[in-house]
Amino acid sequence: MFDVVLLSRLQFAVASMFHFLFVPLTLGLSVLTAIFETLYVKTGDEDYKRAAKFWGKLFLINFALGVVTGITLEFQFGTNWSRYSMYVGDIFGSLLAIEATLAFFLESTFIAVWHFGWDRLSPKLHALSIWLVAIASNVSALWILLANGWMQHPVGYTIRNGRAELESFRAVVTNSFGWMEFIHTVSGAYILAGFFVLGISAWHLLRKNETVFFKKCFRVAATWTLIFALFEVFNGHLHGSEVAKAQPTKLAAMESLWETKNGAPMYLFIVPDEENERNKIELFPIPGMLSLLAYHNPSATVKGLKEWSEEERPPVTPTFWSFRLMVGLGFLFAALSIWVFLKRHEIEKNHFLLRILPWMIPLPYLACELGWIVAEVGRQPWIVYGLMETSAAVSPLSPVQVGISLAAFILVYTLLGLVDFYLLFKYARKGPEKISLAPVSAAGSPATN
Amino acid sequence: MEQNIFQVIWFILWGVLWAVYFMLDGFDFGLGMLMPFIAKNDSERRIIYNAAGPFWDGNEVWLITAGGATFAAFPKTYAIMFSALYTPLLLILFALILRGVAFEFRGKEESPVWKMVWDICLVIGSFLPALLFGVAFANFFKGLPIDWQGIMHGNTLSLLNPYGLLGGLLFVVMFLVHGALWLAVKSNGVLKWRAKVVAEKFWVLEVLLALIFFMATGFLTDLWANFFHYKILLIIPALAVLGLVAIPGFLASGAYWKAWFASALTIVFTTAFGVAGLFPRLIPSSLNPSWSLTIYNSSSSPLTLKIMTVVAFIFVPVVILYQVWTYKTFSEKVRPEFLETEEAY
Ligand code: HDD
Ligand code: HEM
Ligand code: HEM
Repeated sequence: MFDVVLLSRLQFAVASMFHFLFVPLTLGLSVLTAIFETLYVKTGDEDYKRAAKFWGKLFLINFALGVVTGITLEFQFGTNWSRYSMYVGDIFGSLLAIEATLAFFLESTFIAVWHFGWDRLSPKLHALSIWLVAIASNVSALWILLANGWMQHPVGYTIRNGRAELESFRAVVTNSFGWMEFIHTVSGAYILAGFFVLGISAWHLLRKNETVFFKKCFRVAATWTLIFALFEVFNGHLHGSEVAKAQPTKLAAMESLWETKNGAPMYLFIVPDEENERNKIELFPIPGMLSLLAYHNPSATVKGLKEWSEEERPPVTPTFWSFRLMVGLGFLFAALSIWVFLKRHEIEKNHFLLRILPWMIPLPYLACELGWIVAEVGRQPWIVYGLMETSAAVSPLSPVQVGISLAAFILVYTLLGLVDFYLLFKYARKGPEKISLAPVSAAGSPATN
Repeated sequence: MEQNIFQVIWFILWGVLWAVYFMLDGFDFGLGMLMPFIAKNDSERRIIYNAAGPFWDGNEVWLITAGGATFAAFPKTYAIMFSALYTPLLLILFALILRGVAFEFRGKEESPVWKMVWDICLVIGSFLPALLFGVAFANFFKGLPIDWQGIMHGNTLSLLNPYGLLGGLLFVVMFLVHGALWLAVKSNGVLKWRAKVVAEKFWVLEVLLALIFFMATGFLTDLWANFFHYKILLIIPALAVLGLVAIPGFLASGAYWKAWFASALTIVFTTAFGVAGLFPRLIPSSLNPSWSLTIYNSSSSPLTLKIMTVVAFIFVPVVILYQVWTYKTFSEKVRPEFLETEEAY
């Protein structure tokens, strides 16, 4: 029952979902830290320097696990998906190599410069180094998502010598599916980082720790989160119509649509019944809405799952529920961020908001993971949509080997994840370093040189 | 014809990436392995962590890039190399995970038990990759038992043959010397003195192992064939030897930076020796020479190789420039006062 394909899929899912617990905070908090440090350089306000240090410390704790879990992913294509690697390496491998050369070097070199360079670089150069980290991590997201976008919607290739070979590099790097994924994923990551800063600031504001300091952080994060939470709903919708064009099976599974329909309605509440190829419950239809959203035309035809044989369909239940929940969360974030934005100037008086915001921190994490389940489970049975099936992609390994490594992944990752979140909690609660009253700031004191 | 040139360029780049990776992360591994012998108290241990502090992550990316470049330029080799070496590679990756988090986590709690746990992770996380990379590369030199489909016949234990173990041991000792020299550069006082003594002792072992290794390579592999065919290539092992014999002289005169560079030379050209001997094969098959993976039967298409060449020739020099700049910026010694600052590990 536990064949190599299933075990390898589980292992990839564990490794990538775990990696993605740390990736979005890296993407967002690097930019926010850079913004705080720039504000310090511009205004000379010491609070912003402390903000850069405080959020930067949390960033570093998070970054450590992001890095180490990324390395296992990089090699996983060779270890577990060697048939896949041989078949598409001509295209896919180059995107990963470009990601490493353009982004990972820059990121990991300058994060160290930033971490150890407070005394050694001028404030401007120091701020530049965190901007380089922020840019590099976002560039890395672009290349990996172009790689993933190619698996979702392969373009610019021909089949030659028994494999997919590059025909047009331009087509691969301008693949609109990959760019949509990039925009959507990065905005999601920014929302996550926004709620992270809002939540921790709210926790301290409620306890009246460092009120001035945390209000400054809160105000920056409130504006930031509003922008991306609104943008996410909009670009998520565009992303959906991209899916409708490129992967009709996924769209049908996302909406649990069994019969092909002209002017398909959207039901606000559905419970799918995969076994009997129908929905147990369908409530509150909005006529023509699904056609409108998917094709910008209320009477367009939307294909239902029954158009394809069972083997060609993705698992409907997880795809459907993940999508519903992500979209629901998206609207929640939009509403919440408007409210937060409106109250940002006297937030310390709004105890209700201050109390709920720390509890909101896990929700964007959930939304990001759900999004990946939609994208990856919804792509099944294909590893490269329409081109290669997942079951044909796996390495010639024994189930025992993969079983042991899967168990090791789960064990090691769980332990490290617990430690990392414990440390994040600890340092988030501790708050920023106190302002030193000595005439020379501790960082610049001659004793350290 | 044109394709051949790019295939050769990528073969060379492939060797260069691995060689630079071993040169850089090699001293991190050395530092980690030395810690239990050389550091007697917490602040000495912290000096070891901080001697690698600003560098280890940037060093590790050379591994990611070496892996990525293998994937991009020789996808079939990437696929077979890493699936055939499934268990050792995963051991390396888990070890690297433990090493990476040890740096970040160790200083975040005061309890001695906490610190000890991460110290153990650092030591294991440095020793295992050093050993296993050596074992893996020695087995490439000898050839892996892969059939025409790239399926490995034999298991992980068959990699631990005498020649494989010799390669592993050589890597461990090379990195021990390399790390000790780095520590001598980065520290002062008694720690520096201990580092020097350790470097001198392990150097003797390194010479011994290198001798045996070069000879065993002659008997057990066909690596030397290329060197006798293209005599000019003999400069590669010559440089490796030159670096090795230069170390004690520099050490005696207290020129630690130079000694470190000499050791770097040894590592780079030992790797280059193996890679040049393999040419044009990436991984020979020990079952049948015609099943070997070569730059001709495992490379990407000409277009991909061309694009990757452009990317590499623009960006790798840029990477080298800013990495050299960071090494310069953080070249000074790790002083005890530095340990008082909040950014120290
Ligand atoms: C570059 C390609 C790529 C990227 C960026 C991602 N994935 Fe993926 N994912 C795959 C390439 C892939 C894959 C190699 O194609 C897998 C392995 C088996 C499979 O079916 O697809 C896969 C499977 C897979 C599965 C299991 C699906 C199933 O077996 O039904 C999940 C849940 C995820 N992924 C989640 C993620 C997450 C959370 C990612 C964020 C980092 C992610 N993927 C990024
Ligand atoms: C399955 C595909 C993936 C692979 C093979 C992969 C590979 C890697 C590797 C090797 C690293 C370590 C780099 C270092 O040492 O600095 C890394 C880190 C990172 N990856 Fe991924 N990654 C994948 C998915 C993603 C996705 C989908 C994103 C973003 C949208 C992403 C964004 C990042 C970022 C921002 C980092 C920096 C470190 C951190 O996460 O904190 N990765 N990844
Ligand atoms: C109303 C709001 C939203 C809509 C309409 C929407 C739409 C979509 C769609 C259609 C996909 C699937 C793309 C594919 O199959 O490749 C997707 C994926 C994803 N979503 Fe959302 N989404 C919304 C909100 C959010 C939020 C709030 C987050 C995170 C904070 C998020 C994170 C993700 C991620 C990480 C993915 C996977 C990567 C990708 O394919 O882009 N989404 N979303």
